[in-house]
Amino acid sequence: MSNQIKIVIDGQEIITERGKTIVEVARENNIFIPTLCFFEGAEKKANCRICTIKINNRMMTSCTTPVVDGMEIENNTPELNDIRKSIIELLFVSGNHFCPACEKSGNCELQALAYRYQMMVPRFPYWFPKKQIDASNKKIIKEQNRCIACKRCIKTIFDEKGRRYFAFKNRGQKLEVVLDQVMGKTMSDEIAKKAMENCPVGSILYRETGFEVPIGERKYENEPIGSNLKG
Amino acid sequence: MNKKIIATTSLAGCFGCHMSILDIDERILDLIELVEFDKSPIDDIKKFTQPVDIGIIEGGCCNSENIETLKYFRENCNILVSLGECAIMGGLPALRNGIPIEECLREAYLDGPTVQLNTEQIIPAHEELPMILDKVYPCHEIVKIDYFLPGCPPRADLIWNALYALITGNKMELPYEVIKFD
Repeated sequence: MSNQIKIVIDGQEIITERGKTIVEVARENNIFIPTLCFFEGAEKKANCRICTIKINNRMMTSCTTPVVDGMEIENNTPELNDIRKSIIELLFVSGNHFCPACEKSGNCELQALAYRYQMMVPRFPYWFPKKQIDASNKKIIKEQNRCIACKRCIKTIFDEKGRRYFAFKNRGQKLEVVLDQVMGKTMSDEIAKKAMENCPVGSILYRETGFEVPIGERKYENEPIGSNLKG
Repeated sequence: MNKKIIATTSLAGCFGCHMSILDIDERILDLIELVEFDKSPIDDIKKFTQPVDIGIIEGGCCNSENIETLKYFRENCNILVSLGECAIMGGLPALRNGIPIEECLREAYLDGPTVQLNTEQIIPAHEELPMILDKVYPCHEIVKIDYFLPGCPPRADLIWNALYALITGNKMELPYEVIKFD
């Protein structure tokens, strides 16, 4: 049996192979689907829901849904873009995101998506939750006010033996992504920098450097996130 | 065309947004052809003298006087605009929002490392002083706000584009580069 299948994204026919997810196929074909918790090569959890698409009038997460022959997908529609915008707004109000005081501002994926979807103000009331900053580690600061619990650090930051540096505690609304205190003591500069880079927001900060790129030259300042892709 | 009437105020803000209004540079000459300023720190008019078309609010609400001023603006302005991060989400003053008010006052007046001259250990409280609120509130959680212009400060081009559109009734052109949260 041939491995080749045909799917349709927003009217565009795409020939692809079985076994891939919708996000992967979209990227291969230069189609933009917003992602936050998705990280190429890491396990997929679908906990942020920002990549929501519609198949047969049903909302699905495109980072975990495998492509199937004949699948017709809605992606860049006003309805879906508004749902995605509302997810960004929820993330903004459920944490304490003070962009003017954040080192990651301009390079932050959450902020970049808010820019892309023109979030002028969240439609939900601000929660201003009380969060604790973990500044006990010598290499990084874990800024819980900004954590969106995407778990990308848990999924991608390991030592050479495959042991994880980050973990989560509690469940549901109380869930917190934390640095393993014992593992944290062995963290190298290289891993600390990678952790900051893999964090989509400003929740993991490499110590003693910051604001290196001047205003006007930061990653998402002049062009929206995903500008290299269409849709 | 009759000139539009504009009023501005700074609540719990740093006046950076007002500075950014001045950053429209020579376009300020076009602006004064189009508008007349009523109550505003720019002309130092303290009370409204006429109904206002566009009210511009900088800063969030951190005390009872901010609430009073904001409501006064809502009553007297046709259109109310939240200008900048503080008006929209509380901004840097809202960093205190997770901390109990008593702890904030103790830190500011008694226990803070830079407190030296308060030998009588007084935390100011008087009926003539505005009462501090339990937290800093975004303006739209107090009154209805019609437009939001983010930025810290909002780019001068954003202010100009938005104001020009509101004054002339044209569609707002807000290119990607002008909408920033920092």
